[in-house]
Formats: sequence, structure tokens, C-alpha cells
Amino acid sequence: MQRIGVFVCHCGTNIAATVDVKKVAEMALHEPGVVHAEDYAYMCSEAGQELIHKAIKEKHLTGLVVCSCSPRMHETTFRNAAEKAGLNPYMVEIANIREHCSWIHKDIEEATEKAVILMRAAIAKVNLDAPLKPGESHVTKRALVIGGGIAGIQTALDIAEAGYPVDIVEKTPSIGGRMSQLDKTFPTLDCSSCILTPKMGEVNAHPNINIYTYSEVESVSGFVGDFTVEIRRKARSVDMDKCTGCGVCQDKCPSKKTPSEFNRGLGTRSAIYTPFAQAVPNVPVIDRDACIKFKTGKCGICSKVCLAGAIDYDQTDEIVTEKYGAIVVATGFDMIKLDKYDEYAYSQSKDVITSLELERIMNAAGPTGGHLERLSDGKAPKEIVFIQCVGSRCADDRGKSYCSKVCCMYTAKHAMLIRDKYPDVNVTVFYIDVRTPGKNFDEFYRRAVEEYGVNYIKGQVGKVIPQPDGKLLVQGADLLDNKQILKEADMVVLAAAIEPNPDVRKIATMLTASIDTNNFLTEAHAKLRPVESPTAGIFLSGVCQGPKDIPETVSQAGAAAVKAIGLLAKDKLLTNPCTAQSDELLCNGCSQCANVCPYGAITYENKEVNDHGIREIRRLAVVNDALCQGCGACTVTCPSGAMDLQGFSNRQILAEVDAICR
Amino acid sequence: MKTEQKRAEMIKEISGVNPLKCMKCGKCSASCPSYNEMDIKPHQFVSYVINEDIESLAESKSLWKCLSCFACVERCPRDVKPGKLIDAARQIVVRERGRNYLLADEIPELVDPDTPQQLLVSALRRYRR
Repeated sequence: MQRIGVFVCHCGTNIAATVDVKKVAEMALHEPGVVHAEDYAYMCSEAGQELIHKAIKEKHLTGLVVCSCSPRMHETTFRNAAEKAGLNPYMVEIANIREHCSWIHKDIEEATEKAVILMRAAIAKVNLDAPLKPGESHVTKRALVIGGGIAGIQTALDIAEAGYPVDIVEKTPSIGGRMSQLDKTFPTLDCSSCILTPKMGEVNAHPNINIYTYSEVESVSGFVGDFTVEIRRKARSVDMDKCTGCGVCQDKCPSKKTPSEFNRGLGTRSAIYTPFAQAVPNVPVIDRDACIKFKTGKCGICSKVCLAGAIDYDQTDEIVTEKYGAIVVATGFDMIKLDKYDEYAYSQSKDVITSLELERIMNAAGPTGGHLERLSDGKAPKEIVFIQCVGSRCADDRGKSYCSKVCCMYTAKHAMLIRDKYPDVNVTVFYIDVRTPGKNFDEFYRRAVEEYGVNYIKGQVGKVIPQPDGKLLVQGADLLDNKQILKEADMVVLAAAIEPNPDVRKIATMLTASIDTNNFLTEAHAKLRPVESPTAGIFLSGVCQGPKDIPETVSQAGAAAVKAIGLLAKDKLLTNPCTAQSDELLCNGCSQCANVCPYGAITYENKEVNDHGIREIRRLAVVNDALCQGCGACTVTCPSGAMDLQGFSNRQILAEVDAICR
Repeated sequence: MKTEQKRAEMIKEISGVNPLKCMKCGKCSASCPSYNEMDIKPHQFVSYVINEDIESLAESKSLWKCLSCFACVERCPRDVKPGKLIDAARQIVVRERGRNYLLADEIPELVDPDTPQQLLVSALRRYRR
């Protein structure tokens, strides 16, 4: 028989205001095995843990039930406290009477009754608990960063600087990401490339960093400290070792009509290309869908002009398999598609553009050489209208529910840069709210209004009507003057919402990392663990976790790196001892458990068993403790009841159910 | 419950709209083709319902100037759809007159000679029951 101590936490008033904690403690004493029960204001505090310590020693407790918050919050705290007092940490059970009880109930009587029932279930479980001992697993001292934008670059640099090898996997032919497409950056207006390209060079030259561009993660297996990742290196058709990056092939390529991804489709590129001049690595790829050689078999000009002999039409995709201890996701974002917002005439007029397209137009390396001009007729615009919150803050199914966070600031930047360079151009911004939380951000926006004379109008635009003469008629509301405005513009710029890179869903599935309805990766704790995924060993960097600007992305990238380094610095990790085990006498070798196991932890072996005196060879399920994550899928699948989870045995769960139904 | 409060509740019930979802962006007023004819503008309609000032709405010209073109309903990013609120306010006014419908003879009097036929068709479609 166990000697159980029950500790009921008030959590200040979080629990005590709704649950009669004294009564819960009192009721505990009527339960089988309970020899001690008490309540305290903050069980997790130093003083609370001291009470636990004292009771274990004085009453010779063999098991604990802590009635408190979610085990996600403090299970580890109480297990550590028990261990310090000499108790096996797996003899501690948490009855969650906060999230599951006090926070969701109003009636004290009802809540108290439920708290007692939850406590009773936990006591029933402790009665059947057995001490468990965690195993050890090793840590592969190498990190993988998925995505080569500023988030991935910064994370990789920080991990590499700490002395650990890092691989970056980037889908496109070059690292650099969205930041490389920007012209200037707020609030200091430094040139984006000028501050990014040195970092790209640093990554390229770093002895601890290895870049796989034009590559994608194909599969992920394993677990924290020991992931095995397959990386598909797409056929580049150019030998990276031989290419000198001279660029002759791109100049001579006769297929030059493909829309340039880097210029958001506003310009064209050749079939053999690097996305932009400062690409890292400076080795082109052949776009096989556009290449004449691949389409018709005739051409081969690039091969003829390449003095290094680097062109290789026979290259095939290659799968690289590598082991990693930690994985950082830095997959970034894109702008939403605007096909559901036809009222802004984006698909009808070339002069209605997105803000990212404007970045390319303003950039000296962009499709217009940095001259602000209308894409329809090349004329200089005199009247520009910016529309904010296109697809952000929406409650309908057209847009995103969240604020994209960066648009207010980049619009102020665009407006200011235009007024500065072209003082004769009128700039009007239709806004709902101007959101500028950040260091020197509001000052920046005020400068746009006060010094640069940007006309901010509180109100939205209803529709943009392209006129026969090429002008754009903008119909909007001025809510402060209570007027409807009709304004002729030469150019309309839409601050389209940003959304996580669509590929992130696939990657999250491979990593078993949780993701929200907007495709943002979920943090382990919104406030206290913001750069970790709930899945151990997976870290989050940049916009894949939520909208953020460059300084915030860089800070988070550093934080993710620190967490990854903390993991890589360990030599051994303790494994979860709550793993599945198969009863050899009950297992009938049907393979159903192996089919449902998401971690590939179950294999089959032919083993000799002694079944009540009968010795025979049987095909039996064997669980690899290092791989098993204790999810329990096998235990509910097993038709003969042979599979059982340590620490969550079938008997324990039924005992809990019985205790609840009593 | 006070009368105005009741009327506001009724408008919310008939329209199925939660006016608190409004973020005051003004896209309804930016879209409205009858904006200049209205004394209470579409975006103001939402706050009048929130503030339970239904009498002002009932007396407003806007009630009968709305073309029911549904531009605001289509474009509202917050699912507030002021057109539906205006519609519901109209229904309330009609109901309070003691009937849930207009007599055919009353229609010419209410109809502005400039009213587009589309509105009449739209009204007939909606009030046919």
C-alpha cells in the first residue's frame, strides 16, 4: 500500500476563489492510501516545495498528488521537489484543478466537487504508480536551420559562432529571403542589401556553416538530440565546384522571358539564372521548365560559353541524409494572394501594386532601375494612394484575422521616401489605425506627416475604378470629416497582409511541430517559451512564428540559437521513461502496433517464450525505448491487450475512470 | 428592458449581426453609392445600434435611401455588414406601424422618383413573405 500525501494549491485566488481548497484537502484524507493532506497559497514557491519536502520526510510518503495548475506548467517543478526529498519523481501525479476546474467554473460548490473528483482520480493513479528510471540518449552536435532568410542566417551565425556545425536548407537558389528584396529598412532607412549582404557573405565563409540552396527537407525522423533528416538537393544543372560565377551563361541564354521571382514577376530573367546579383552562392541554376535545351533538346549555348565547363545537363536530384541534434524552423512569409480583393482592381490594372512590388520598383536593381514609374505606360506618377490593411484584421473568409504588424511602418517609409525623392508627387494614405509600437517608430511616422506632408486619411477605400485614360479613380471614406472621397490617382499601393510561407504546413507535419489555424507555428508557451516548439528539439525563428519586423526577427533568431546551443552543449539527454512495453505472453505478433507507431519505435523479433511450460518461438513486438515517445497509440490499437504504457498503464487509467465514476 | 434597448436587440436578432465586431474602418461608407443622400452614414449606423439610439435611425432618411446594393455587405472585412443592420431597422419601423408589410397603395408615396428599379425588385424579393 502506498503512503500518499496530497497538496492542494490556492494559486493565490486563481484556484481558491472558485474551489474550496480546505474542503478538497479534508476530503483527500478519506481516500485509500492518503496519510497526509494540506493546502497552501503557492505550492510551486520555495516555501510550498519545502512543505512537500517536510511531509515526505516526516510521514515517509511513497507517492504525491499535487492539486494545482496544468502539468505542462509545474509537473517538472514538483517532480524535482520530490526527487530532492528522495522520492522517485514518477511517483508524483498532478490533478489539474486550475485550467480544468477553477478557471472554467463559476459556482464554488460545483467547482469544489469537480476538484475533489479530479484529486480522487489522481490518488487512484498514484496507488498503482511504480518508480521509473529515465534512460539516456546522446546528442548529435549539429544543427539544421530550415530557411535562409535573415532569421535563418542570424540563427545559423549565432550557433556557428558558439562552435557547433550548422546546415542551412534553402528552397530557392540563394539565401537572403525577403529582406534581400527590400529597398530600404525602417526606421533608420538603411539600404537593406547593404546590411544584409555582409551577413550573407559571413554565412558563406563560416567554417561551421554549410549551405544547401535549391534544396528542400524531404523527411525527418528521430527525436530531440538525434534527428535524421533527408535533404533533397534539386538538380542545379550547374557544377557548384567548377562554376566561377562569371555570369556569361546568363547573358548568353536565349530564353529570357520567364517572370523573375525575385522582382515579384515585374521583370524577366533567363532560364539559367541567379535570383539577384549578390546571390550566395553565386552559382546559377537552370530552370528546366524554361530552358530550351531541356524542352527541345536543342540549344546548349550555356554549356558552350562556360569556360569552366560547369554546366551539367545530366545532373539529377540528390538526397543527402544527415543527423542533427536540434532543428530551427525559419521558413518566413509571403504576401497573400489578392484574387479575392477585386474591388481594388489589382488584376485589372498594372498600376495597382503591392507594397513588396513597390520595394522592387524603388530599388536600383529592380525592374525600373529605381525610377518611380507607372508599370502600364512608364510615366511618372503625380498622385499615389496607399491602402492599408488589405486582407489583415479580417473576420471574413477573404483575409487574415491578425494584424500583419509591419505594414504601417513600411507604408510610412514608402510615403516618406517618395516625398523625399519626388517632392511634386502627392501621397495619400488611407488607414484604419496607425500602429507604431517600437523604438523610434512613432517618431518616424510623425515625420512622414509633419515633415514630408504625407496626407493620412482615417478611413478605408471601397473600390478602385480604372478609368479609360489610365487613371485610377479611388472611392474612399474620410471618417473624421464624414465625407466620401473620390480621388484620381496614378498609382495605388496595397499593403497586403503577410502570411506564413505555405510550405510550412508540410514541414510542421514532418517535424510533428504544432501549427495554428493561420499556419503560424505554435510556441511551447506564448510568454515564457516563445522560441521553442512544444516538440522537443524544434525551435522557431522569424515570421514562421508570427508577424514581425527585421529587428524583432533578428532578436528572436538569436534567442532560438541560444536555445539550440543549450541543447547541443549537453552530452546526454534523459529520455522519457513512460514508454510502451509489450507483454510477451499476450502478444500475437499481428503488427498492428508497428503500423500505427508514428516514431517507428516498434519492430518484430522471433523470440523464444515460455508460455506456462510450453517453450516455443514466437513473432513478438519489441519497443525501442530510445525512439518511443509514449504517445500510447499502440496500447489502444493492440487487439490482445499486450501493449502497455509505463506510467500510464491500462490498469491506472481504468482506476482513474473508476475513481471519477464512484 | 427599455424600449430602445429592446429595439436594438431586435435589430441584432433580425440581422444576425454583432455590431461589436466593427473595427471602424469605414469601408462600408467608402463603398456606399448612396452615401451623399444619407444623413446617418453606413458606418455610423453600426455605432447607433451599439449605443442603442434606434429612434434616430428610425427617423433618418438613410433608412429609405439605402439601395440594398449589398456593396457594404460584400466588402465589410469584419462580417458586420451594415446593409443588414439598415435592413433590420427598416423592418422594425414597418413592424411598429402595426403591420409587417406595406400596402401596395403606400409604396408610390415612399418611393423617390429617382429610386432605381433595382431597389424595388430587391425589396419585393426580400419582403415577399
